[in-house]
Amino acid sequence: MKQLPQEFYATMEQLQAVDFVLVELTLYLDTHPDDYEAINQFNQFAKERKRLKKVIESTYGPLQQYGNSYSGYPWNWNDGPWPWQL
Amino acid sequence: MSTHRRVWYPYASPFDPCPPITAKTYSTPPNLFLGFQPPNLEQFTPMQALRTGTLWKVFYDPWYSPYEAPRDGDHI
Amino acid sequence: MWLYEKKLQYPVKVSTCNPMLAKFLVEQYGGADGELAAALRYLNQRYTIPDKVIGLLTDIGTEEFAHLEMIATMIYKLTKDATPEQMKQAGLDAHYANHDSALFYHNAAGVPWTASYIAAKGDPIADLYEDIAAEEKARATYQWIINMSDDPDLNDGLRYLREREIIHSQRFREAVEILKDEQGKKRIF
Repeated sequence: MKQLPQEFYATMEQLQAVDFVLVELTLYLDTHPDDYEAINQFNQFAKERKRLKKVIESTYGPLQQYGNSYSGYPWNWNDGPWPWQL
Repeated sequence: MSTHRRVWYPYASPFDPCPPITAKTYSTPPNLFLGFQPPNLEQFTPMQALRTGTLWKVFYDPWYSPYEAPRDGDHI
Repeated sequence: MWLYEKKLQYPVKVSTCNPMLAKFLVEQYGGADGELAAALRYLNQRYTIPDKVIGLLTDIGTEEFAHLEMIATMIYKLTKDATPEQMKQAGLDAHYANHDSALFYHNAAGVPWTASYIAAKGDPIADLYEDIAAEEKARATYQWIINMSDDPDLNDGLRYLREREIIHSQRFREAVEILKDEQGKKRIF
């Protein structure tokens, strides 16, 4: 099975950090729907996660499927390592 | 010790078989005190937030095992 | 529907091959206050709760599945290359006899997961108080597991999960306030 380059782990952690902010803001906004600044922050981070998703997918392959990521050829969704194997 | 710990002193009988633990503590985490979260509370950086498990500093209340030494960077 | 993302919510690390810790950790996999019970409890309550808090139940329920995957990863790594002899020494002999190193939804004492762990009363306040209690119980379970573990990398992941219980409890408490319809007037409870 392919081994991932060392930079992959650092980039993945960046994506995890950005996504964590998005999870936190999501739960916060579920109970604070009128917080304008929090929504601005949310949208900024949503943009940044789009950028990081592309970077990760260029080395790791698709993060999501059912059409939420593009596929390489041959079909590369099945390619390991899976998250728990990393 | 975290300010979110409380202590109590259980009764120790002279006939208790195990050496008594004279002071016991329990956790009273920040969510018990804050009420409805006000806007614009101070945040961690995204990487710190991931590491601690909370975006807002006010909720940070880590738990350590008595058998592990806190490492550098554990306390932010 | 749900979408899987090929990524852990938190970078789980385990420093030692220690199947004994897996034996304790499975409490949060298939136990009464574990991540599976949490996910199913919240997602199931959504159908009979006021619209204002459905989003919160959906999002916390979904996050619980991410936590379930983190716990599974920890158990997987702790037992991955353990020999039958190591499994025996860790007290996992009964588990090994039935499952080899496969994960199974049971608690630390081997009791299989059951739906009676989760309540659904249909009363919004009763259900949200159940959820708050579930978060505090899960927080306490993480404390007891951390107390028995000397693996600093594993404990980092467990501390993260314990902190999430604190945040979820906070949000459920806010949901109660929203249903009391006092938001904007009085924000103290």
